[in-house]
Amino acid sequence: MIVAEQKTLDEIKTLLGDGRRVLVVGCGTCVTVCFAGGEREAGVLACSLRMACQLDGHAREITDVTVQRQCEWEFLDAAADQIKDADVVLSIGCGVGVQAIAERFPNTWVVPGLDTKFMGLPTEQGIWAERCAACGECLLGVTGGVCPIARCSKSLLNGPCGGSEGGHCEINPDVPCGWQLIYDRMEKLGKLEVLMDLQPPKNWQKSRDGGPRKIVREDLRLPHEE
Amino acid sequence: MSSQPVDQSFEPEITAFYCGYCGYMAADTAGALKVQYPANVKFIRLPCIGKTDIRYLLAAFEQGADAVYLVACPLGNCHHVRGNERGVARVNRAKKLLDEIGIGGSRVDMFFMSGSQANAFADAARTMTTRIRELGPSPLKVKAGRALGGTA
Repeated sequence: MIVAEQKTLDEIKTLLGDGRRVLVVGCGTCVTVCFAGGEREAGVLACSLRMACQLDGHAREITDVTVQRQCEWEFLDAAADQIKDADVVLSIGCGVGVQAIAERFPNTWVVPGLDTKFMGLPTEQGIWAERCAACGECLLGVTGGVCPIARCSKSLLNGPCGGSEGGHCEINPDVPCGWQLIYDRMEKLGKLEVLMDLQPPKNWQKSRDGGPRKIVREDLRLPHEE
Repeated sequence: MSSQPVDQSFEPEITAFYCGYCGYMAADTAGALKVQYPANVKFIRLPCIGKTDIRYLLAAFEQGADAVYLVACPLGNCHHVRGNERGVARVNRAKKLLDEIGIGGSRVDMFFMSGSQANAFADAARTMTTRIRELGPSPLKVKAGRALGGTA
């Protein structure tokens, strides 16, 4: 899932500027399950902002709505009337959701209420950890299902580096060394020989270095009308 | 605490959530034993304090409460095993949010007691009433220019 974290109330109030009618838009997908921007969080944030703005003497009309999936234009149409009526839309979806609203409603001012952090999973209740960096060319097949890009601080393809000590990374003793995790898992699976194959330099053009990415599936596209 | 003199005539509006087990039984016992407690506390029964949602706590303040507190089973004795621990976590989160909003986290608290502890139930109501008399009305009410407490 995409994992995000709410900005501070002060940051959000600054982003709202002079907007009088504010609509908080939650998302029912990733940010609901990481408790950052779902229906409950939209309600809590709208209520908090109403009270905080009242105390600031800033008259605002703040309401909230949550759509099932903020990152698809069609799902936004369920809240179209409310979005169009707002002076400012405070999206608490991920960065994709904010941009989806901006694209679907070109005349609407949209601001983010969350900082989108990473793609990860909950390791225990209340804790989320990064697992994928969307590098564009998955290496998990040669690293035993542990990602060297997301879990090694240096994203080394042939690790570990000299900063690995006692299974931990030199950046922080609380961070496990990604390559130690890879080695341990390969050893447990009896596949250490796979690690003897050196990985060539990665083509980072398939990641962000190649600019904004796009996938085209001709078999799924609707036929163009002549 | 405020350095202003305490206005004893100010009757704070307090909302309290109690669980349907120890909290409710303590209230019932207080009634049966005719133990007196401040009349300015409005009680809302929850199936378990683990059901507490931060939205409930904030909504109480938005709707005019000067303080909110939870009454739960003693730690280690929750009917649903750990519902009261979840309540503690939510109260702590609510305190941070209320500080950030500007209302003040000390206006929310939590008390633990068994069903037989009628006096502890009354003490919780008195403790919160005394604290809020010292703190004064909710800043929301002050900002709205209302008169003190229930005489708004």
